[in-house]
Amino acid sequence: MTELRIGVFVCNCGSNIGSIINCSELADYAKNLPNVVFAEDNLYTCSETGLTKIKNGIKEHNLNRVVVAACTPRTHEPLFRGICNEMGLNPYYFEFVNIREQCSWVHQKEIHKANLKARDLVKMGVARSARLEALEKYQVEVTSSSLVIGGGISGITAALSLAEQGFEVYLVEKKRKLGGMLNDLYRISPNYEDPSEYLQLVKKVEQQPKIILHTNSEIISIEGYIGNFYVTIKGQNKVESVEVGTIIVAVGAQVLKPVDYYNYNGKDIITHQELEKLLKENKINQKNIVMIQCVGSRIEERHYCSNICCMNALKNAIIIKERAPDTNITILYRDINTPGTKNELYYRDVRKNEVIFLRYNVNKPPVIEDGKIRVYNNSLKDDIELDYDLVVLSTPLIPNEDNKALSQMLKVPLEENGFFLEAHVKLRPVDFATDGLFVCGSAKWPVSISEAIAQAKATAAKAAIILCKPRFEVEGSTARVDTEKCVGCEVCIKICPYGAITKDDNDQVLVRNVLCKGCGLCGATCPHQAISINHFTNPQILSQINALVERE
Amino acid sequence: MAFKPKIVGFLCNWCSYAGADLAGVSRIQYPPNIRIIRLMCSGRVEPFFVFEALKQGIDGIIIMGCHPGECHYMSGNYEAEIKFNFIKKMLNFINLSDRITLKWVSASEGIRFAKVVTEFTEFIKTLGKSPIQKSKNNSDLIFSLTAMQQSMNNYRMRVLMGRKRKITEQKNVYGEKVSIDEFEELENKAIIDEYNRERISLILKKHPLSVKNLASSLDLDEKSVLDYIVWLRSKGIVDVDKIQGLTPYYISIQED
Repeated sequence: MTELRIGVFVCNCGSNIGSIINCSELADYAKNLPNVVFAEDNLYTCSETGLTKIKNGIKEHNLNRVVVAACTPRTHEPLFRGICNEMGLNPYYFEFVNIREQCSWVHQKEIHKANLKARDLVKMGVARSARLEALEKYQVEVTSSSLVIGGGISGITAALSLAEQGFEVYLVEKKRKLGGMLNDLYRISPNYEDPSEYLQLVKKVEQQPKIILHTNSEIISIEGYIGNFYVTIKGQNKVESVEVGTIIVAVGAQVLKPVDYYNYNGKDIITHQELEKLLKENKINQKNIVMIQCVGSRIEERHYCSNICCMNALKNAIIIKERAPDTNITILYRDINTPGTKNELYYRDVRKNEVIFLRYNVNKPPVIEDGKIRVYNNSLKDDIELDYDLVVLSTPLIPNEDNKALSQMLKVPLEENGFFLEAHVKLRPVDFATDGLFVCGSAKWPVSISEAIAQAKATAAKAAIILCKPRFEVEGSTARVDTEKCVGCEVCIKICPYGAITKDDNDQVLVRNVLCKGCGLCGATCPHQAISINHFTNPQILSQINALVERE
Repeated sequence: MAFKPKIVGFLCNWCSYAGADLAGVSRIQYPPNIRIIRLMCSGRVEPFFVFEALKQGIDGIIIMGCHPGECHYMSGNYEAEIKFNFIKKMLNFINLSDRITLKWVSASEGIRFAKVVTEFTEFIKTLGKSPIQKSKNNSDLIFSLTAMQQSMNNYRMRVLMGRKRKITEQKNVYGEKVSIDEFEELENKAIIDEYNRERISLILKKHPLSVKNLASSLDLDEKSVLDYIVWLRSKGIVDVDKIQGLTPYYISIQED
């Protein structure tokens, strides 16, 4: 084994660290740690000067491990790894010690203790660096085409955006016609746009040579990984296999048919979707119209709020009022959800427009009986009786039934209601945790058209990042199986969130590096401790614990 | 001199470590006792690490992960919680379970991070120094922790930890669904059994003992010790060393 030669670079970060931590003393302390052959402090390690000092250190002192004590690896690790790489040192031989965010900035009133902590942290980092292993990044070839599943507004937008950037797109739609739910709408809230304005996009799709359209088609299998997905599409007359680099899920959602609610009959008790159709056909002339909100949503079996129905009901109420101002419209609601700057103003306008709002209690919901609606009013502490000629129910968007099958093909999770679950609510809102897979629109959650379009464009942008390069680089910090120790019990296969562990033809467990994210679940679980996690191995972590308790 | 607890924090890279960074960026002050070890996911925390840290005299251990449903790796934090509860149940035997905690902190919760660390540090101060450090006479504790550490490394415990979530949430290979209560009944029994078996095999590495000796030194009844011995013999872990009078003495025959 080659002799360990560790170099430690302590950053003052101007006065951010230097005003609390005595960095030159810390560097002197580091010099006396095992295997450290060089240590110095500098004003800004990330500056050109600082980086040159690391380069010189590596060259002059023949360093084979580099430790930087500075800010957080979450922002600066790639920079310093890059410098190591430039100097011919494997980037995984770099170790970061956080003495700013997690020391100097948070212990400003306990300077002595902060200095002791910084020493401990450096000691732990040096110990860990001694056990670091060189790793290789994996390169995968990328097929520069994409699959978009779903031909509603989200899918159309994503497909057009990618095609206009020059990528080939396979757009797969279950139904005969593109446009999804837009086809059923009369007007769009809150600006009363005609959906046909948006349906112009369908023509654009049909004329776009880069988009290969598969209507009346469904996906029957998906294999592979980022850059190399193999997808089988079943059309009416033929089955076709295509190869794509990324996949965008834009399958949308469906409207709940309220068969068990409020004597729904599709005639004088209908849904808003059916109302839109009647509005289109100009068949609304009823005198007394009652709308009921939250039918089948925000209840025990379906907790969520469907997000779009309040605005939709308000819009339909206004349309009816404008056509026939003497129509009596009453909206029975639990809460009105009109967030944002425009929607709330819109709601206020509707209230001014002689639409009556009556709040009902979820525990005493309205009852339709003998041609009348009775609703308990909490302020009056009594029932109110309403006449009706037409009742319109606001039912939520619910997940498609085939979400489950698709999620299993893609090996991505669904959330508790059956919608697709993104990688991270805030940080990765249109990504799946698996590389190369994205989600937008109501497949994820009921959204308005403007939200759907924004998300669709986001997925296209993210997919393009991958598609525009011939190769994709995958992290080297993955799991590896010790085939001597492995007994093939498959606990790891079942616990891996990415389906990255499989058995080969000889029944040998193997990790597919391209799919592995290095989370370490399998390693911490393997009953025979046959899996180690690159860059976070047991010896590396134990060395940090041991360094901390060592007496000087 | 005032007690300055040493606390180790195992933090996941994506939520809690980012939360710690945010506490820094926001200059929120908290006690300087914690030493953070960054991992990719809280699910990476090997029970082994926790026992090792306790054996080394660390006063408190805090594991932090993403909030339920927000794990960067989808299910890692749920698995971390399962492992944490196994560890906690074991540590209950020697009254050390208060010294470890599991908290969810998101990347946007710098204030919460500082609060959690402050509260835990204060709490550890009220507990005082780790009993491992407190007295030189700590070989019994080290012995128990070693037995726990090893039992958490054994096949049965790891399969129980690794399969708990899927088995109780989905169906097993026979299409049966095991309720969480049923599973935990099994789990609790396994924790006791595996801990005792490891203690017996550890103690028998030092010198041969009879069932009676074992029962008194491990504070167990003779019937259960005998049951454990029968099991350990069947697995080739212990064997009869000698017979004195009518009493067999057992010894561990397992190689390290």
